[in-house]
Amino acid sequence: MTHLRSELRQRAEELIALYPRRRSAMLPLLHLAQEQDGYLSDEAMAEVAELTGTTPAEVRGTAAFYDMFHLEPVGRYVVGVCTNIACLLAGGEELLAHAGRTLGCSVGGTSPDGLFTLEETECLADCNIAPVVQVNHRYVRTTTPELFDALIEDLRQGRLDHDVPPHGTLIRVRRSGGLRVEREELAAERAEARAARDARAATEAN
Amino acid sequence: MATLDAPRIVTSRATYADSHTLSRYLDTGGYQALRQALTMFPEQVAAQVDAASLLGRGGAGFPAGRKWSMLRKSPVSYLVVNGDESEPATFKDHFLVERDPHQLVEGVIIAAFALQVTQAFIFLRGEFALGLERVQQAVNEAYEHGALGRRIFGSSFSLDIVVHPGAGAYICGEETALIEALEGKRGFPRIKPPFFPAVTGLYGEPTVVNNVETMSNLPWIVQHGGAAFAALGAGRSTGTRLFALAGRVRNPGVFEIEMVKNTFRDLIFDPRLGGGIIDDRRVKAIIPGGVSAPWFGPELLDLPLGQDEVGERGSMLGSGSIVVMDETSCVVRAAWRITKFFSRESCGQCTPCREGSGWLERILYRLEHGGGRLEDVDLLLDLSDNIAPGLTWPPQQTTICVLGSSIPSSIHAAISMFRDDFYEHVEHEGCPHD
Amino acid sequence: MTDQTRTTVSITLNGRAIESPVGELLIEAAERAGVYVPRFCYHPRMEPVGVCRMCLVEVDGPRGATLQPACFIRVSDGMSVNTESDKVKKAQDGVLEFLLANHPLDCPVCDKGGECPLQDQTLVHGSGETRFVEEKRHFVKPIEIGPLVLLDRERCIQCSRCTRFAAEVAGDAQIDFAGRGDLIEVAPSPNQPFDSVFSGNTVQICPVGALTAKPYRFTARPWDLEQVESTCTACAVGCRIAVQSAGNRLTRVLGVDSDPVNHGWLCDKGRFTLESVDGHADAADPLDPRTRITEPMVRREGQLVAATWGEALAAAATLLRDAAATPGGVGAIGGASLTNEGAFAWSRFLRDVLASEHVDAQYGDGLDATLIQALPRATISEAASAATVVTITGDLREELPVLFLRLRAGVASGATNLVEFAAGPSALRDLARVVLAVRPGETALVAEALAGASAPHGPRVDEADLATVRNLLGESGRGVVFVVGRANLAEHPGVVETAILRLARRYPEATFLPALRRGNVAGALDMGLAPGLRPGRGFDAGVSGRDALAQLDALASGEQRALLMLGGGLLGNVTDVDHAIVALQRAAIVAVTGHGDAALAYADVVLPATVQHERSGTVTNLEGRVTAVAAKLAAPGSAWSDVAIASELAEELGRHLGLSSIEVAAKTIEETTGYPALSVLTDVVAEGVVVGRDERFARRPLDPMAIPGIRSADSVGLASFGGDTLTLDVSRTGSTVSATLDDVTVADIAIPPFDAYALSLFVGRRLYDGGVAVRGSSALGELVSSTTLSLNHVDLDRLGAAVGDLVTVRGPRGTVELPVALDDQLARGVAGVTFGTLARDGANALATLMDRNAVTVQVRLETR
Ligand SMILES: Cc1cc2nc3c(=O)[nH]c(=O)nc-3n(C[C@H](O)[C@H](O)[C@H](O)COP(=O)(O)O)c2cc1C
Ligand code: SF4
Ligand code: FES
Repeated sequence: MTHLRSELRQRAEELIALYPRRRSAMLPLLHLAQEQDGYLSDEAMAEVAELTGTTPAEVRGTAAFYDMFHLEPVGRYVVGVCTNIACLLAGGEELLAHAGRTLGCSVGGTSPDGLFTLEETECLADCNIAPVVQVNHRYVRTTTPELFDALIEDLRQGRLDHDVPPHGTLIRVRRSGGLRVEREELAAERAEARAARDARAATEAN
Repeated sequence: MATLDAPRIVTSRATYADSHTLSRYLDTGGYQALRQALTMFPEQVAAQVDAASLLGRGGAGFPAGRKWSMLRKSPVSYLVVNGDESEPATFKDHFLVERDPHQLVEGVIIAAFALQVTQAFIFLRGEFALGLERVQQAVNEAYEHGALGRRIFGSSFSLDIVVHPGAGAYICGEETALIEALEGKRGFPRIKPPFFPAVTGLYGEPTVVNNVETMSNLPWIVQHGGAAFAALGAGRSTGTRLFALAGRVRNPGVFEIEMVKNTFRDLIFDPRLGGGIIDDRRVKAIIPGGVSAPWFGPELLDLPLGQDEVGERGSMLGSGSIVVMDETSCVVRAAWRITKFFSRESCGQCTPCREGSGWLERILYRLEHGGGRLEDVDLLLDLSDNIAPGLTWPPQQTTICVLGSSIPSSIHAAISMFRDDFYEHVEHEGCPHD
Repeated sequence: MTDQTRTTVSITLNGRAIESPVGELLIEAAERAGVYVPRFCYHPRMEPVGVCRMCLVEVDGPRGATLQPACFIRVSDGMSVNTESDKVKKAQDGVLEFLLANHPLDCPVCDKGGECPLQDQTLVHGSGETRFVEEKRHFVKPIEIGPLVLLDRERCIQCSRCTRFAAEVAGDAQIDFAGRGDLIEVAPSPNQPFDSVFSGNTVQICPVGALTAKPYRFTARPWDLEQVESTCTACAVGCRIAVQSAGNRLTRVLGVDSDPVNHGWLCDKGRFTLESVDGHADAADPLDPRTRITEPMVRREGQLVAATWGEALAAAATLLRDAAATPGGVGAIGGASLTNEGAFAWSRFLRDVLASEHVDAQYGDGLDATLIQALPRATISEAASAATVVTITGDLREELPVLFLRLRAGVASGATNLVEFAAGPSALRDLARVVLAVRPGETALVAEALAGASAPHGPRVDEADLATVRNLLGESGRGVVFVVGRANLAEHPGVVETAILRLARRYPEATFLPALRRGNVAGALDMGLAPGLRPGRGFDAGVSGRDALAQLDALASGEQRALLMLGGGLLGNVTDVDHAIVALQRAAIVAVTGHGDAALAYADVVLPATVQHERSGTVTNLEGRVTAVAAKLAAPGSAWSDVAIASELAEELGRHLGLSSIEVAAKTIEETTGYPALSVLTDVVAEGVVVGRDERFARRPLDPMAIPGIRSADSVGLASFGGDTLTLDVSRTGSTVSATLDDVTVADIAIPPFDAYALSLFVGRRLYDGGVAVRGSSALGELVSSTTLSLNHVDLDRLGAAVGDLVTVRGPRGTVELPVALDDQLARGVAGVTFGTLARDGANALATLMDRNAVTVQVRLETR
C-alpha cells in the first residue's frame, strides 16, 4: 500500500524517469504529494524518501527549506499578500492587515472555517499591480480592501474554482513528450552527428 | 524623451491575447530561427551570440558568449535556465514566461544546439503556477511540433527539456543553489571555487546557467545576426533590455527599451513609459537594479541605463528592476523591509548572513517601530561591515555567496544618504511618517 | 615554472616562508607551521564545507587580498596568507559575535562548559560585552532525538558537523537540517529516531553543548576529568580511545584519531559500555553480568562463598591437578577478553604447567585458528583502499562497526569496488558493485564457481556477475582484500572455511582481513590460545588439541574432567546452550573473570580478575596491530591481573612461570618470541605495530576539538608501573614457525539438497546483543531487541503472515514461537534469526533451532 494514490504514484514514477538521478525529482514529488493531501504528511514524506532514494530526515529537511511546502495542514485556499518593497510602497501592509480582519486570523493562521490560510509573502514578481495577492499561487490581481473582500466571497461561493484549484495543485499540464533516453544511446547519436559535422566541415573547407 | 525606435526583440508578440499559443507563435515567425540554426554549425551559432555581446540578464551581467566558451568539453553537460525570478520588484521573467513561453523554449533549444547539450532544464519559480503551465504546455507542443525530442526537425540534434518547479526560496536564483535544488536538495549555494558551474555544475558535470530573458533573446539574434544586436545600445551594453519599473510611479510595468540610449529619467518620466511620479511628487531615491543594489539619489536620474555606466557610480543594473521612492516613502521602513526579506531568505548555512541578517533586521525594526537608539545607526554600519568588509562596491564578503554581501547595500545607502532620517526615527520613537 | 613532479609548494604565512604538501588545506598547513586558525565547522575527517566562517584569513589573489576560509582553500605555490591582520581579526571577531548573538549564556550548566571551543574562543577573542540587546532565539529545551542523544537547539551553531557525519561518514542521514535562515535546526524525521549505532560520534564532534549523550549528561565537569589513552576492546577493531574518569569512576570514552584504525570514530557500544566495566553498585549476584566480581570465591555446600586468595588458589590448584592426572583431563576455553600479557601467561600455564593442548579462545563461533594464522593478513587501511574488497561476512555495521565505516569510506569514494557474498543483511549492500546471493550452505560452492571450475550443483548465481567478479579479482588477486568471517552461524564453519581456503589458494596475491568479532581474540590466538598455536603467532604442526566445542563434548562425556574458564560469556556465545550446560555441570570449573556471568552457576572456584581500564598491557586487533591499553582505575576489591593469577596458580602447583609483572610478561613475550609487547607497552604514542610488517605510522594530530581542555593524568597514557623500570632494549631471540596454507585442513562438507518446503536458517548478529557489555550498561541495555524471525516479503506473503504475527518455527530439535519481521535483504527461502537476543519469554530460541553438527538448518513455519 502506498500513501500516494495510484495515479499520482504513477505520475511520480514518470517524473522520476525525466531526471538523470532520482533525487532530482524531489521538489516535483513533494508538490505532487501536496496536491493529494494539501500538505506534506509524515507518510507522504516517507514515501518520497523511498522514491528518491533518500532518508525521511532528508526529505523533511529539504521540504522545510521551501516556503511553498506545508508540514502542517492548511486551508483549501492559501492567500498570500506581498509586503515587499514595491507592495510596501503601494500599501501592502495595510492590505495584509485588512485581510487578517476579513479572514479572522493572523498571519500564518487559518480562518475559523478552515477555508483560508493567510501568509505574508516576499515579492511575487507582479509589482505593476501592487499590492500583489496570490491565492494558491494564482495571481488574483486584487489590490484594494473592497476587491479583496469580493474575492473572498467569490472563493467561498466556489465561483473561482476553475481559476484557483485547491491548494497544492501546481501544474495541471502533464508532460507529454520525450521521456529520457539513455546516456549511451545519446552518446552514440552525438558521435554520429559529430562525424557528420566533421565530414561537412571537411567538404566545405575543400 | 525616451528613444523608443529600437525593434522589440523579446516583447514583439506581447500585445496579442493568445501570445502564448503555438499557433500565434508560428504565425509570427516562431521556430524559424531554430530551423535556421540547425543548418549552421553549433560554433557558428555560438559565434553570433558572442558577436551580439549579449550580457546575461539574470543579474551579474556576464557575457553569455564568454560563459558558453568556458563550458568544459565533456561527454555529459547540461543547460539550465534560471527562471526563479525572486529579486524583489523584478517581474520581467514572469512577463516572458506567461506571455511568450515558446520564445523561451526556442531560445533554449538554440542554446542547447550551440552548446551541443542534449538535456536542458527550465527552473521556474514555484509561485508562477500559470507560467509553469504555459511553459510546460509550450514544451509539450514543441515536442509535438518536432522542435524537441529526438532528431529535431529531421536534423541529427536531439534535446530533452524538463520544466522544473521551484518551491519558494529566493536563494534558488543563485545559480549554484539552483543546481542544488535541481539535484533535489536544499538550496544551499555551493562554496567557491570552482567559480563557475561551467566547470562543475549539475551532478558535478559542466553546466551552463542562463536567465530566461537571456535565452529569449536568442531567436532574434540567430535571425538577425549578432551584429544587428550589437548595433543597438553602446559599449558592452548592447541590444534592448527589459526594465521592470515599480514603486511610486504612475505607470509601473515591464518596458523593453534600448540600452544606454535612455536614462533613468527617461524611463521614469516618459509618458509612454513610467509616466512620472504619483501626484507629481519628487523622487527621493531609486533602487537601480533590484534590492541587492545600492540606491541612487535624484542627482543620478540622468545616468544612462547601461551596465558600466551604473557600475561606475557604485551600483548595478542587476536584474533590471527599478524601484522609485518619493518624498512620502520612509527610507528606514524600506531598508527594514528589504533587510527582513534577506533575513527570511538567507539560506542559513553561513554565519554572518544567517545571524547578521536577523540581527540587522531586528535593529531596523526597533528604529522603525520605536525603541531605536542613536548608537544603533553606527552599529548597523559596523555589523554590515562584518558581512561586507569595507562596505565597498562591488562588495567584499565574509559569506559564501553574494546574498550575504547584498544585505548591507540598502542599509549602507540609506544611512549614507539619509542619516538624519534615522536620527529622526530615534527622536520620534518610531516612524514619523506613520 | 612549476615543476610537475613537485610534491610540495611554498607559501608565505604571516611573512614566513613555509613548505606544504600539494593540495593541503590552508588550515592544516598553518597548523603544521604552528599557527592555529580558529574553526568550528572544519573537521579533519570530513569534507570541508566552509560554512561557519570562523577561519577566515587574508589570501592574496589577483584581485588583492580577500578573506577566504582557511578550511576550504588549498595551498598553491606562491600563495601569500595572513592570519593575523586587523582585517582578519575583525572578521573573526565579527563571526564570533554573530554566533554568540543567539547563543544562550548557560555555560555554567552546560555539559560542554570547560571544554567548549565557542567558550574558549570567546575568552580569547570576545569583546566581553554584548551589543545584542534583542530577545534571543528560543526553542523548547533539550529534545530527545534518539535513544542516546539529546539536542538543545538553542545552543546549536549550525556547523553541520553532526549532519555531515550522519550522511557522509555513517552513510545514513537520520538527522538533517530543516528550515531556513536563522530558524534552521537539526532534526530527525518524526517517523525515524536517530538510533544509528554511531550516534555518539555526533556528540563528540559537536563543538558546543547542543548534542549531549544521555549516559554522560551531568555526570562530571570537564575540569574534574583525568584521562589516559587506550584501546577499545568492545570488538576486534581496536579503536583508539581516551578513557576519562573522575575520582575512581569511569565517566566517558572519546574516540582518538588513529590514522590506520578508527579516524577518531567509535561505535556506541564501545563508547557507552563504561557502566558495565565498573559494575553496578547494587549488583552482587555472581550470575548477574552487572556485578563486578571483586573477591575470590569457592563453592561450599553448593554455594559460592567468599574466600581468601590463598584458599581459592589452593582449591583451584587441587581441582586442576587432579584433572590433569588423566591424559586429556583438563583444558581451557576463553581468553579473548584478556590482554596479550594475560593470554600469554595462561598459554604458558596451560602448556608448561598443565601440559594441555586443549585450549581455545573462540567459542565455536569463529574460524579455524590455524586457517586464520595461515592467511596472508591485510590491514584495515589496505582493505579500505583496495582496488577490490570482497566481503564474506555478516553485517559489518553490526559486527565490527568502525571497520564498516572504514570500508564504507573507501567504497563510497569510488576508489574501491565492493563485492559482497550476500548471505544475509548488510548495511554495505547498496554500495556493492556486485552482490552474489549466497544461500545457507552454498558459500563454498560460490567460491568454487568464482575460483574457476564450475561447481557440480551450481548455485544460482548469475554467470555475468561471476564474470565481473573474476575480472575484478584478476589473475592472481593482486590488490584484492577478502574480509572473511562467519556470516551465518547456522551454517557449519567448514563451509566458509572451505571457501576461504579455496580462494586463498586460487588468488595467491590477495590478502585477508579476518572479521573476528570479540575484543582481543586476535591477540589471544597470537599468544597461542588455540590448539596447535604458540605464543608469537607461532604454530606447531606436531600437536593437536580440542577446540572449544570438542572440549564441551569431552566434558559432557566425562573424557575431560576440568575446565579453566578464562573470562565470562561462554553461555552467551555458544550456539548450543543446553549442551554446554550439561558439559559444565559434569566438570570441575575454575573461572577467572571480572564480571558476573551465568556460567558461574557451575563454577567451583572463582578468581577475580582485573578488566579493561583497570589493567595495562597490549592487545592485538583483527589486522594484527599491537597497541597498548592503559589502566585508568585501580582494581576494585582484591582483583588481580591475569598475569598475576596465572603466576600464583602456577606457584601453587609448584611451577614458576617467571612472570612477576605485566612488564616482565611483556618483556618475556618480546624476548622469547619476537612479538612486540614491551616496546608497544612503553611507547603508546605510536600507532602500534602490525605484526609481520613492523611498520610504524606517522600519527595524525588529534583534532584539537575532539578532546579539548581536559587535564591528562598521564598524557602518554600509562598508569605508573609498579616495580622496576624496564629497559626498552629487548633482544628478540624468539622464532616460531608460522602456519602456512598447506598446514590447513578443513572439514569435508556435503551440502544437503535444498528443501523447497522448508526455509534455511540464517543466524546473524546484532551490535546490541544480550551480551555482558550491552546488558551491563543501562543506556544500551534498553536497545537490545527481542528475537524475531525475519523473512523477505515474498516468503512473508506466501506464509500469509503480517509483520508482528506470531509464527511457530519448527526446527530439527523442537519448536519455538517468534514474531515475524520483514527483511528484504534476506534471500527467498531463508529465515533470519538474530543470535544472542532473547525471545519474549526470555528463552534463547536458537538453543532449540540450531544444530551445530549440521551443515545447514532447515526450519518450517506455521501460522497459528
Ligand atoms: C542571491 C541571488 C539571487 C539570484 N536570483 C536570480 C534570479 O532569480 N534569476 C536569475 O536569472 N538570476 C539570478 N541570480 C544570478 C544567477 O546566479 C546567475 O548569475 C544567472 O542566472 C546567470 O544567467 P545570465 O548569465 O543569463 O544572467 C541570482 C544571484 C544571486 C546571488
Ligand atoms: S550568504 Fe546567506 S544565502 Fe549565501 S550561503 Fe551564506 S547563508 Fe546562504
Ligand atoms: S568555515 Fe572554516 S572552519 Fe568553518
